Amino acid sequence: MAGSSPCASCKLLRRRCAKDCIFAPYFPSDDPHKFAIVHKVFGASNVSKMLQELPLHQRADAVSSLVYEANARVRDPVYGCVGAISYLQNQVSQLQMQLAVAQAEIVCIQMQQEPVMPTSQTYPDEKSHFLHDNLPQYLNFASPSSVIYDNLKRESLFGHDMVS
Amino acid sequence: MISGRCAACKYLRRRCPSDCIFSPYFSPSDPRRFACVHRIYGASNVGKMLQQLPPHLRAQAADTLCFEAQCRMQDPVYGCVGLISQLHEEIHMAESQLAKIQAEITFLNCTAPEAQGLQIIEANSNLNSLLPEQITTVGLYPQ
Repeated sequence: MAGSSPCASCKLLRRRCAKDCIFAPYFPSDDPHKFAIVHKVFGASNVSKMLQELPLHQRADAVSSLVYEANARVRDPVYGCVGAISYLQNQVSQLQMQLAVAQAEIVCIQMQQEPVMPTSQTYPDEKSHFLHDNLPQYLNFASPSSVIYDNLKRESLFGHDMVS
Repeated sequence: MISGRCAACKYLRRRCPSDCIFSPYFSPSDPRRFACVHRIYGASNVGKMLQQLPPHLRAQAADTLCFEAQCRMQDPVYGCVGLISQLHEEIHMAESQLAKIQAEITFLNCTAPEAQGLQIIEANSNLNSLLPEQITTVGLYPQ
């Protein structure tokens, strides 16, 4: 588009912003920091390759997740996003323990109330739904400060629910 | 020493110097580890990130970079951010379930006076020595 300002990536890379620039839809010129941080962590060339390999309708989400990861890595150069994952896995573990205690308490109460009739009203065991059972190795990462994750949490992951 | 090259220098087809930033963390026995990291971040960026860290933190950083790169290769759209979203979802479900169970416990404790009465009598065996009318639980003590 003649006369329109170059996108943030072309500004940073000091090149002409072509009308079919792969970055332009996702890195507007009014937010230079967004591309700068992604470029710092991943590199413009790698980001371009990643976007080119994706269908158009998935590129916006891919850019959002790359920006999130890049921010996490800049804030925590050692653990990056893995710090957040470890922190959340710990939360899931704690909640599992609390659930187990609460379920046991329900069973005790029900047994006290109806000692002759053993109850089958226990809550279904939903442990299989917990993701962290499939990621045991990440619990080996030392838990970083939760302050870093709290800062990341304040930035919404996406503008919408991204869980498919 | 060509046979002593790390996975990075083998991949990049270059000589592996004695102070190679990659060699402690990218063993030649696991070439896919470096290939994955290089594909997502680029060797230059990985090298810079490791250089900026004190040596005792580099191994952990290399491991987390590898993990994130693998996540990104498995899920090119969301990478490891997909895991974070799933964990948020699980936490939300677990908190809801816990709240329901705790409400159920409260309900059972409040609406089961017989159970409460039994507990009071069992917990305080001294009550047996008291007169029936001194036990305030209704309906339990034979009149």
